[in-house]
Amino acid sequence: MTALAGVPDLTKLITRRERIRLPIWCYAILASVGGTAYSFKTLYSTLESREQFADGIGRDPALAVLYGRPFDLTTIGGLTTWRMGVFGAVLLAIMSIVTVNRHTRAEEEAGRFELVGAGAVGRHAPLIAVLRVVLGTQLALGVIVGLVLIFLGQPAAGSFLLGLSIAAGGWFFAAVAAITVQLTDFARSAAGLAFTVLGAAYLVRALGDGSGANGPTWLTWLSPLGWAEQTQPYAGDRWWVLALLVLATAALLAVAFRIAARRDLGGGVFPARPGPAGGARLLRSVSALSWRMQRGGLFGWAVGVLIGGAVLGSIADSIGELLGSSARVQQLFERMGGQSGIENAYLAAAMNILGLIVACSAIQTTARLRAEETSGRLEPLLATSIGRVRWAASHLAYPLLGSALLLVLAGAGAGLAHGARSGDLGTQLAQLVGAGLIQVTAVWVVVGLTVAAFGLAPRATAYVGWTAVGICLLLQELGPVLKLSHWITDISPFAQVPRAPGVAVAAEPLLVMTAIGVALLVLGLAGFRRRDIG
Amino acid sequence: MRNIIEVDGLRKSFGRSVALDGLDLAVRSGEVHGFLGPNGAGKSTTLRVLLGLLRGDGGRATLLGGDPWRDAVALHRRLAYVPGDVTLWPSLSGGETIDLLGRLRGGLAPGRRDELLERFELDPKKKGRAYSKGNRQKVALIAAFASDAELLLLDEPTSGLDPLMEEVFRECVAEERDRGRSVLLSSHILAEVEALCDRVTIIRRGKTAETGTLAELRHLTRTSVEAELAAAPASGSLQATLGAFPGVTGLEVHDLHVRCEVDTDHLGTLISTLSACGIRALTSRPPTLEELFLRHYEDDLAEVSR
Repeated sequence: MTALAGVPDLTKLITRRERIRLPIWCYAILASVGGTAYSFKTLYSTLESREQFADGIGRDPALAVLYGRPFDLTTIGGLTTWRMGVFGAVLLAIMSIVTVNRHTRAEEEAGRFELVGAGAVGRHAPLIAVLRVVLGTQLALGVIVGLVLIFLGQPAAGSFLLGLSIAAGGWFFAAVAAITVQLTDFARSAAGLAFTVLGAAYLVRALGDGSGANGPTWLTWLSPLGWAEQTQPYAGDRWWVLALLVLATAALLAVAFRIAARRDLGGGVFPARPGPAGGARLLRSVSALSWRMQRGGLFGWAVGVLIGGAVLGSIADSIGELLGSSARVQQLFERMGGQSGIENAYLAAAMNILGLIVACSAIQTTARLRAEETSGRLEPLLATSIGRVRWAASHLAYPLLGSALLLVLAGAGAGLAHGARSGDLGTQLAQLVGAGLIQVTAVWVVVGLTVAAFGLAPRATAYVGWTAVGICLLLQELGPVLKLSHWITDISPFAQVPRAPGVAVAAEPLLVMTAIGVALLVLGLAGFRRRDIG
Repeated sequence: MRNIIEVDGLRKSFGRSVALDGLDLAVRSGEVHGFLGPNGAGKSTTLRVLLGLLRGDGGRATLLGGDPWRDAVALHRRLAYVPGDVTLWPSLSGGETIDLLGRLRGGLAPGRRDELLERFELDPKKKGRAYSKGNRQKVALIAAFASDAELLLLDEPTSGLDPLMEEVFRECVAEERDRGRSVLLSSHILAEVEALCDRVTIIRRGKTAETGTLAELRHLTRTSVEAELAAAPASGSLQATLGAFPGVTGLEVHDLHVRCEVDTDHLGTLISTLSACGIRALTSRPPTLEELFLRHYEDDLAEVSR
């Protein structure tokens, strides 16, 4: 069949190019799931301790909203599902979007696909090849996750269902990415579209899981991440929900191939429009140039975090309903400071998550520095009267100041939504904007680290940035439940940010983090001034 | 005449691979200087050091009287650069890119930009990625030629241009020279260098192999001579006489028809010997740049095959 010509060779090429990244992804996910299950097994070895946990931390409504609804917390498998089901599916979804994009649209944009496409290679071969690699890897990973859980003494059916639910979450978003890469000319916008779908899926699920018994719990069913959760491994094993995810993936892939068959190589469904014949008067500095390059992304993120903040904020008011009622819950309720204490704890956790999300956008914009350098576009700019630091500063405004703006917007979204529902708009708005803004000091630390890499070890720029955010995310997600020592969890700058609202904000950690961020930034820029370009 | 670029014993290594190994280069003010060498000889590395994008490991480089690393920004106001492989911003149109690069350098001559757009037949409204390689090259060339720079650094600027556009490019370089600007032109296209350049530097594996005017370089090499004689020399056979002649190689004799190459130093004595026999027809051709270049290149090949 000519449509499949070249697929085996392209599969080999992609496997070769991904021989480091995909194993890292797999290892990180396997280690998170396996490590979580193992830790639960040692920490909560008796049924009694698990029941205690289920009545305590397991009742924390913030966790249900942010990480997924618990179904049965009295087994190790059930605990692992609750903690890693949605989170694992999100990680695999990111892996899918990044990888599919890299080997399809990004290749076309770079012009490399022309070389490949001129060979005896079918039209759809690159897409088929990358899907083979991604879907195959994730299927294998799902099975291995299942085996690990069985090895840890969990029932086989639930173990495989959990592994495959996580994998199917990845599959669904591989199919989403297969569609978005057909739509636009640019790899960056294709990835942006796919991540928007992922963000929406997460928020819709959060709304569903966050609504009390009388609320719109059906919203969970509108989200593919909700489906990955609703397979309910170890608590009913609903295999038909998994089938639903697989069918939806197949349907989306069919759409992707239909669109791919109709478009030109290198083009999107939406054609490129001509631009102006001359530079407008505003386009006369590197700052204007970086604004042109970054404004689309900044605008997209702004809309995203505003909506994200509003959705997470709107849940706060009804969060207490998720607690249920028992004597222990009553105790917990009082310990957390009553209704407002629970709300504040939830909001602080939500702002922390938003801080981590904004950190992702900051790493993305910081990594632009290196991307511009390797693309060859930096060279002619530096051959004009633009100094290196001035050029770098024009881009760094986005991760440094843009991040602050995004966090203010996230806080404002949460404040408006929560304030409108609780009838205390002014106070909530001010409190939550502040709670959002202080997260920026932690963002500055990871940005500083990335810039230091850019100056001193430029090849590692993106790796250092994403690894830093990844570690912060894992520590944040797993630290408290795994009872990790504070020595370890405190490595993450996001653990240092005061848990506002509801606590007095100490200036000291904020100043220390700002100082660390600035020092790393200066180090990186000094290195950049001294090193070779290219 | 003062030198606008002076490079002495410049060295640059990337890890263990040596890119420049004691390179010398001198470009005089107001001249068009050809910079020749096989792929990977170190031409682009030299230009990047001159732009302060790379830092030399040893030796000295001076550009417009300043240090290219330390005074980069001040010097860049006075020069324009065209890279060999132009990448454009995908979201900016060609016209926007030209204006931006010009403004960042300190201004474009307004009429000149439009004139150049017309001469190079470039549509300025297309977005960066829609341009073909030749058209991307034109964007960078127009931005450079429309600027008021004293010095143009051109790194294989005509790669991808069609022959008509190459002609426009040559006209533009000639105009720049007439306006008193200096040009350092790194190129592979020998006809272009021969047509445009006052002086030439040939580099090979990071070192300067030859430098001088084309006439000087030719002087160092052989001229091919072809002659039809009236009679054989009195002293013996044509083959024996010319075979023993100093500086003659590649001798071919058919009756009274002679073809050979001679070191340019011995050209005069060869001609007088030939004329003693009575010359019926004579062609003597100076070496082309191609032959100069190939001679150095062949040395490389010989060493590689060894």
